[in-house]
Amino acid sequence: MPIDWIMGLAGGVLIGAAGALFLLVNGRIMGASGILGGLVDGSGRSDWQERAALIAGLVAVPAIAAFAMGGSQTHLTSNWVIIIAAGLLVGVGTRFANGCTSGHGVCGISRLSLRGIVATVFYIGAGGLTVVLFKHILGVI
Amino acid sequence: MRTFVSFLVGSLFGLGLLVSGMTDTTKVQGWLDIFGDWDPTLAFVMGGAIVPMAIAWRLTIGRKPVLADAFPARPEQKIGRNLVLGSTLFGMGWGLAGLCPGPAMASLGFGSFGSWVFVAAMIVGMLIAPSLRARLDQRAVAV
Repeated sequence: MPIDWIMGLAGGVLIGAAGALFLLVNGRIMGASGILGGLVDGSGRSDWQERAALIAGLVAVPAIAAFAMGGSQTHLTSNWVIIIAAGLLVGVGTRFANGCTSGHGVCGISRLSLRGIVATVFYIGAGGLTVVLFKHILGVI
Repeated sequence: MRTFVSFLVGSLFGLGLLVSGMTDTTKVQGWLDIFGDWDPTLAFVMGGAIVPMAIAWRLTIGRKPVLADAFPARPEQKIGRNLVLGSTLFGMGWGLAGLCPGPAMASLGFGSFGSWVFVAAMIVGMLIAPSLRARLDQRAVAV
């Protein structure tokens, strides 16, 4: 089994353990878009400390770990039009759908939520078609 | 205490995203690229994450959260326009840049300036989403 798959599995278990801790202790669902979204539009004002603390850990710990590992590459495109368009689509889409890969994908599928499963089918399908179109047909990513 | 637990949750979440390679946009786009050089890593990440989470859901039965009054109620299982359209738009953005909200935030501290631009655009998208939704609702009523 390639090392990338093993690291994927190990990292996945950490992500799942994080979600399990948030659910069992704080009684909340670990969805990245919902936690940030509630902060930016004010709908999560009542529990802003929890949201801000989670995001602080989410930003700080990978930064420290990447530094300790001697840096880590994101290979993000340098095309600003693509970055801005993609960011806008992800922001609007996750608020419409009320969830992203962590909320609908990890937390939803694991409780066999139909909404989570349908959302995952649509975002993976749309993502796959987008890569085919923009990479193989248009050649811009 | 809940705030400290939240920080711990974010830390584990971020570490998991980094370790699994999900902050590397080429691995995410590689998973979506079924006609190219397909990279199955994301399936291992999802599988690895779903197992502890499924156990956690089992443990919620007949119990209460340690630091809260109740577990989140199961949302109404409504498959509507917002879920389908939203997930489609999200998927398009995810495919274009190879970033979803978790990894986008997790890469702010070590990624390029582009990560900041992406997160800024994502926040703008989150802010305009309610008015876009209201406009679509209006049109749906008018038709």
